[in-house]
Amino acid sequence: MDKKEWPLWEVFIRSRSGLHHKHAGSLHAVDATMAIENARDVYTRRNEGVSIWVVESTHIMASDPEQGDMFEAAKSKIYRHPTFYDIPDEIGHM
Amino acid sequence: MSPEILSLEERFQSRIDAEIKIEPKDWMPEKYRKTLIRQISQHAHSEIVGMLPEGNWITRAPSLRRKSVLLAKVQDEAGHGLYLYSAAETLGISRDELVEQLLTGKAKYSSIFNYPTTSWADMGAIGWLVDGAAIMNQVMLTRTSYGPYARAMVRICKEESFHQRQGYEIMMTLAKGTPEQKAMAQDSLNRWWWPSLMMFGPNDAASTHSAQSMKWKIKRKSNDELRQAFVDSAMPQVEYLGLTVPDPDLKWNEERGHYDFGAIDWDEFWSVVKGNGPCNRQRMRTKQKAHKEGAWVREAAMAHAEKRRQRAVEQDEKVA
Repeated sequence: MDKKEWPLWEVFIRSRSGLHHKHAGSLHAVDATMAIENARDVYTRRNEGVSIWVVESTHIMASDPEQGDMFEAAKSKIYRHPTFYDIPDEIGHM
Repeated sequence: MSPEILSLEERFQSRIDAEIKIEPKDWMPEKYRKTLIRQISQHAHSEIVGMLPEGNWITRAPSLRRKSVLLAKVQDEAGHGLYLYSAAETLGISRDELVEQLLTGKAKYSSIFNYPTTSWADMGAIGWLVDGAAIMNQVMLTRTSYGPYARAMVRICKEESFHQRQGYEIMMTLAKGTPEQKAMAQDSLNRWWWPSLMMFGPNDAASTHSAQSMKWKIKRKSNDELRQAFVDSAMPQVEYLGLTVPDPDLKWNEERGHYDFGAIDWDEFWSVVKGNGPCNRQRMRTKQKAHKEGAWVREAAMAHAEKRRQRAVEQDEKVA
């Protein structure tokens, strides 16, 4: 086996102008240039994208799913949603 | 098992039952992780080894159109292998380990690719039947419980439909051609029919991993259910071509609303799985040779990238 494995990169693709880049998958490459070239061949063979971002997987920090209360605060604040408020129909669209 | 693990497993199963996808950082039973690594890597290896029987015909495709299509299809298979390797890597196994398991024979790949492609018609039969059988399985897997595997499957299924259609188009062209061409199509169908049915794996009663995989919703349909669905969908396509399947017991069963078909030769199946198919040794040799001969390229690319990084640092220091 190889002494050193090529690093893993996460690939994000903007499918068309005006939309966010969205995670498409990952791949191995020696550097960012090669990661972008490989991402083109692996993830955009059918015009799936107009722009590619790559970032080394080790640079991504993620929240911990075991930390159950992470999103609790938002769950209890239903008054942040417009449907929380009763507005009479005659007011029309608001 | 400790009460702590037991409650974790119960919580895990209740998430599965509630159709909540499992993601890489979520807690999962070790056996779930191992089952997925085995299944996803086997699937990935199948895509990669699957390039060999078709690659065999790229230089001999009968027209530029057919050649471009075949190239695109084989390139897709490489892509599918990569999506799947990435999905497997989210479970904590490295790409090097995965490749090593393939090259040492520790991991399996689909036995269908241990059959030879002896005529151009095989490019038709493979796309139509082999990819067709794979699609049956893969459509089910778009709803598998492990998120990264399901997402890879969605991408693969979108691309796979082209594979089946181009294969059937080749079969249609041959079936409508000269008597020799039609005979070629028939010969190819004869050779690929049974191995395609075997792709779904052993009968449900004999399938070792099935029950747990169904409970974990890694699989959602049994081998026999998928095999039946495949036969039902393929038969009208066989008839349209004016060809026949090499199975005297195959007939429509009005009562069941399905086609009945003959018994599969499981001795042949297990013999190929165990390494004695017509091409097992050749496929492994080809992969091992390619890996060995590509080693210097992988190392050189790494060294080159390292040198460029070094130069960039030196450049920065000079400017500073």
